[in-house]
Amino acid sequence: MGVIELLEGSLWTLSVCIFVVFGLWRIFVILTAGRSPTQARPVGSPRGGAVRAIFGHFLPRRAFLGQGRVWFVTIAGYAFHIGLFALLFFAAPHVAFLRDHILGFDWPALPRWGFIIAAQFAFTGLLALWVRRFVDPVVRLISRPDDHIAAGLTFLVMLTGCMALGEQSVTLRGIHLGFVEAWLIYFPFSSLMHTFTWPLSRGFTGALAGRRGTRM
Amino acid sequence: MTAHTKPLPPKSFDQQGDVPDAVRVASAMEGFLSEFGPRASSYLNACVRCGLCAEACHFHLATGEAKYTPIHKIKPFEKAYGQLQGPFSWIKRAFGIAPTVSIAELREWEELIFDSCTLCGRCTMVCPMGIDIAELVKEARHGMFQAGLLPDRLAQIAGNAKTKHSPFGAPADFVEAIQAIEAEFSIRLPLDKPKADLLLTLAPGDLDEHHQSVVGLARILDSLGIDWTLSSVAFEATNFGYLSGDTQLQGELTCRLIDKAREIGAATILLPECGHAWGALRWEAARWYGAPIDDIRIMHTLELLAERIQAGDIRLRPVGESATFHDPCQQIRRGGLGWAPRVVLKTLGMELRELENTQETSFCCGGGGGVLANTRAAPLRLQAFEIKRKEVEATGATHFVTSCGQCRLQFDRSRKETDWDKEVESLLELVAANMITD
Repeated sequence: MGVIELLEGSLWTLSVCIFVVFGLWRIFVILTAGRSPTQARPVGSPRGGAVRAIFGHFLPRRAFLGQGRVWFVTIAGYAFHIGLFALLFFAAPHVAFLRDHILGFDWPALPRWGFIIAAQFAFTGLLALWVRRFVDPVVRLISRPDDHIAAGLTFLVMLTGCMALGEQSVTLRGIHLGFVEAWLIYFPFSSLMHTFTWPLSRGFTGALAGRRGTRM
Repeated sequence: MTAHTKPLPPKSFDQQGDVPDAVRVASAMEGFLSEFGPRASSYLNACVRCGLCAEACHFHLATGEAKYTPIHKIKPFEKAYGQLQGPFSWIKRAFGIAPTVSIAELREWEELIFDSCTLCGRCTMVCPMGIDIAELVKEARHGMFQAGLLPDRLAQIAGNAKTKHSPFGAPADFVEAIQAIEAEFSIRLPLDKPKADLLLTLAPGDLDEHHQSVVGLARILDSLGIDWTLSSVAFEATNFGYLSGDTQLQGELTCRLIDKAREIGAATILLPECGHAWGALRWEAARWYGAPIDDIRIMHTLELLAERIQAGDIRLRPVGESATFHDPCQQIRRGGLGWAPRVVLKTLGMELRELENTQETSFCCGGGGGVLANTRAAPLRLQAFEIKRKEVEATGATHFVTSCGQCRLQFDRSRKETDWDKEVESLLELVAANMITD
C-alpha cells in the first residue's frame, strides 16, 4: 500500500476516530466533572441568561471599545475564523470531498477569487494573532506550548491546502491530507477544542447571571 | 565599623502553621479541586489565551504589569486540574507529563490570588468565552487556604470570625458597640428579641465607623413599622470564609444567620450595605442546605429601599443636586441589583451622572474580595483607586454615592492617602437623612 492510499484510507479513518472519540470524551468529562452546588432561588431565567451570554459575547461590550487590543483581537479573530470556515466548508475540493466520502450531497463552492479572499482573511487573522503571542507581554506570559502548536498546525494545514488547490499534484494533496490528519489527532487534546467548548463556557456564566438577574 | 546591609525586599507571601512544604502542596492540590464542577471545568477547557481579560482588570490597567492578567492568576489551580481531574490527566500521569505545582509557585501566586484580585468579575465581561475568572480565583483560594498560604491579616480576620464569632469581636463586644451607638444617637436598637419578622445583620465597618448607617437603617425600619431585631449571636453579615477560601467557615457563618432567622420566626434577613455578604448569603446559602432557602427572604438594604420607595412607603425630600454612583461589583455586576440605586437616586431628585464605566462594566473600588482587609495590598489598592478617582472627577457631580461599606472604606482610605477632597456618601444614609416622617 502506498503512502497516499494509507493517508486516504486507514490513517484518515484513524484520525477521524480519534477526533470524534476523544472530542466526545472531553465534552463528557467537562459535563460530569465534580458536582454542581445547589443553586439559590432565581430572580431571572438561567436559561434566558445562558442564551443571552452565548450570543452576547460574540461582540465586545461598549465599555471596552476604546481599547486597541480589544479591537485587534476581535477583528483578527473574526478574520481568521470566518476565513477558515469559508475554506473548510466552501473550498471546491472540500465540498467534493465531503460529498464523495461523507455526506453524499454537495452545495455551491467558492469561486477561485472567493477562495483567495477567504484564504487571505484566514492567514492574516491567524498570523496576526500568532505574532501577538510573541510580542505582547501579556499574551507572551500566558501562552502555553499548546497554543503555539495549535496555531502552527492550523497554519500548516492552511498553507498545504493552498498549495494543493490546483489538484495537479498527488504529492501536495498527500502532504495536505497528512497535516489535516495530524491536526485532527491533535485537536481533542488541545486548545483547538474551544471550537466546541465556547457555548458551554458562555452558557454556564450566562445561566449564573440570568439566575441573579444580571448580565455577564 | 557600621555594617551596611541592603534592605530586604518586601515579603510577598505569608504562611500559617508549621507543616512540611510537601504537605502544603498536597493540601493545596486537594483544596483547589474540592468544589470543582462542570462550570469551572468548562472554563478551563475554553480559554484560548487571548489575554483580553487583562484589558478589564483594574490592577493590570493601573500598573501595566502582565502578571496581573486575570487568567494568569489561576495558573497553579489550572495545573492541579490538568494533573488530577482534566479529561486526559490519566494519560498525562501515565506518561509522566502531567503538570506539577511547586511550593515556590504557590508562594509566588499568593499575591496574585489574594492581593491582586477583588473577585469583581469585570474580566468576564470582556472574555470572548465568557469565563468567570473571579469564580476560578475563588476556587483557587480554597487550595491556598488548605495549604496555609493566606496573607496574614486575612488569616487573622478569618480566625477572629471563627473563634470570636466575628471579625469585629465576640458577642459581648457587639452588645457593647450597640449600646454605645444607642447612647450616642439616643435611639433604641432592639437586640435578641425572641421573635421578630426581620433579622438585621451588620458589617464590622458599620460598627466601627459607619454608625450613621446603623442608625439610619434602624430609623427606616421603625418608620416602616417592621418588627425587627438584631441578634448578639448572629449579627455578622460579612463572610470571611467566602473571602479566605475557608469553605467550612463560610458554611458556619451562613448557617448561623439562616438558623437564627428560623429560630426567631423571621421571614427576612436584611443585609447591610455590604457587597460580598450579598454574594455569600443570597447566592450561595442554598449549597449548605442542599435546597434553595425558600422560607426566608435574604434581602439587601438596596432592595428594601428601592422596593419601599416604589411602593410609596418611603417618601423622600428631593435633594436636587447632581450625583454619580459607584456600582459595587457584588451587588450590581454579580448581584443583579443595578436597578435599585437608580430608583433611589431618582426619587431623591438627584441628577445622576453615570461614570464612564457603569453598572455591569463598572470598575471595582480596588478593595473588594478581602483585598481591603489585606494590609499588604495597600499600595496596589491605591493604584487601582486612581481609575475610579479619575472617572468620578470627570463627571463633575456634586455627590459621590455608593451602597457598600467596604467600597466606602477603600475610597476613604485612598482619598486620605491622595489628599482627594471628594467624600463618598452612603446611599442608605442619604435616604435616612431625607426621609419624610409624619
